[in-house]
Amino acid sequence: MELLVIFISAAIVNNFVLSQFLGICPFVGVSKRVDSAVSMGMAVTFVMTITAVVTWLIYHLLLVPYNLEILQYVSFILVIASLVQLVEMFIRKVSKPLYDALGIFLPLITTNCAILGLALIAVLREYSFMESLIYGIGAGAGFTLALVIMAGIREELELADVPRHFQGAGITMIIAGSLALAFMGFAGLI
Amino acid sequence: MDLNAILISMGGMGGIGLIFATGLAIANKKLHVEEDPRIEQVNEVLPGVNCGGCGYAGCMNFAENVVKGNASISGCPVGGVETAEDIAKILGVEVEAGEPLKARIQCQGGLNEMAVKGEYLGIESCVASTFAGGAYKLCEWGCLGFGDCVDACQFDAMYMNDNRLPVVIEDKCVGCGKCAEVCPRNIIEMHPVGHRVFVKCKNQDAGKYSRLVCTRACIGCGICIREAGDEMMYLDNGLAHFNYSKWKDREDLPTQKCPNLVLVSLDESGTD
Repeated sequence: MELLVIFISAAIVNNFVLSQFLGICPFVGVSKRVDSAVSMGMAVTFVMTITAVVTWLIYHLLLVPYNLEILQYVSFILVIASLVQLVEMFIRKVSKPLYDALGIFLPLITTNCAILGLALIAVLREYSFMESLIYGIGAGAGFTLALVIMAGIREELELADVPRHFQGAGITMIIAGSLALAFMGFAGLI
Repeated sequence: MDLNAILISMGGMGGIGLIFATGLAIANKKLHVEEDPRIEQVNEVLPGVNCGGCGYAGCMNFAENVVKGNASISGCPVGGVETAEDIAKILGVEVEAGEPLKARIQCQGGLNEMAVKGEYLGIESCVASTFAGGAYKLCEWGCLGFGDCVDACQFDAMYMNDNRLPVVIEDKCVGCGKCAEVCPRNIIEMHPVGHRVFVKCKNQDAGKYSRLVCTRACIGCGICIREAGDEMMYLDNGLAHFNYSKWKDREDLPTQKCPNLVLVSLDESGTD
């Protein structure tokens, strides 16, 4: 039950993108088409889950016993960067079109604040191993959800008659704001 | 803080780094993607300035598309024929050599020629002054004279002369078309080097008015068209145009007949 609450909390109520405003860059950048949004979400979910697990291990088995908590940022970034490299190689091998579609945003997962935020928040809340894992999956699912909703709206928007001055970045920001407002409605859920 | 902590942190971080590095090295071997080796070869013969003149995002992207067959092997305007031949050798195809392009400025309305409508104190840029109603010159079509084109040129092939008109240094111009792109008045055209005669005006106003705004304006009198004959030139919207496909190295061009000296052959204009 506790785990379910953590999952729902990470995915919807405290959605990383729409409630905590982490990872806005790929949220705006890769949300033009639903299929690439799903792939980006999958890549981020993968990195988030593994990051949550590995950083938990590093933090509790290496940093805490030796009083090296000060190194958490460096070591977490190291984990994230390595994982992103791995994902990048994998995607390039499996699907070149997807690799081209994700473009610069794939290597940019490295500096995606949502992922470092996840690792740091998990430490801050003193999650257990299992809780960290679920938290990672939930955060990834929430990120994917936000990205897919955004991409769905923006695909529809292609056909809409947007006033000239709102076209492009303007209307995207307005949608993002509206979505964030909508997600605030979940605040009382847990 | 004792020495031990430093050693442990160094060891710990080094260890983590080593583990990940090993993992990535293995993954790199396992997930290695075979790329067409010709892409790298083509990239090497390209000029490597990443000017974007070909329409692709940098030389590497152009190389990829050439190898895939999406781009023409003579698509690099900077490298010209030599690069096209090198690429052709790599890909084992024939060159269909296109004539290299040069930027040609189609306006002679500098400070001395053009009528002034006011003083412009805004940002010193052609684009900015276009938003502000076209700066100080009365002509709605001509050069604004702030040199956005000169700034855009990555090859030092342009400068502004004393008359505040841009001048193209022909030997340095590689024909990338960047200057033509930035000009808000579109007075820079990309022409094959073979084109030696130009109607150096873009003014489409009625002759009476264009005569007022600039002493070097095309007034649409049509003298050149009658003189040239053979459908070599035509009049469109009160502006004379060249029919370059009909033009064949003719010596008797009616450049001297133009009342406002708008019709200029390249050798006469000299500065280019």
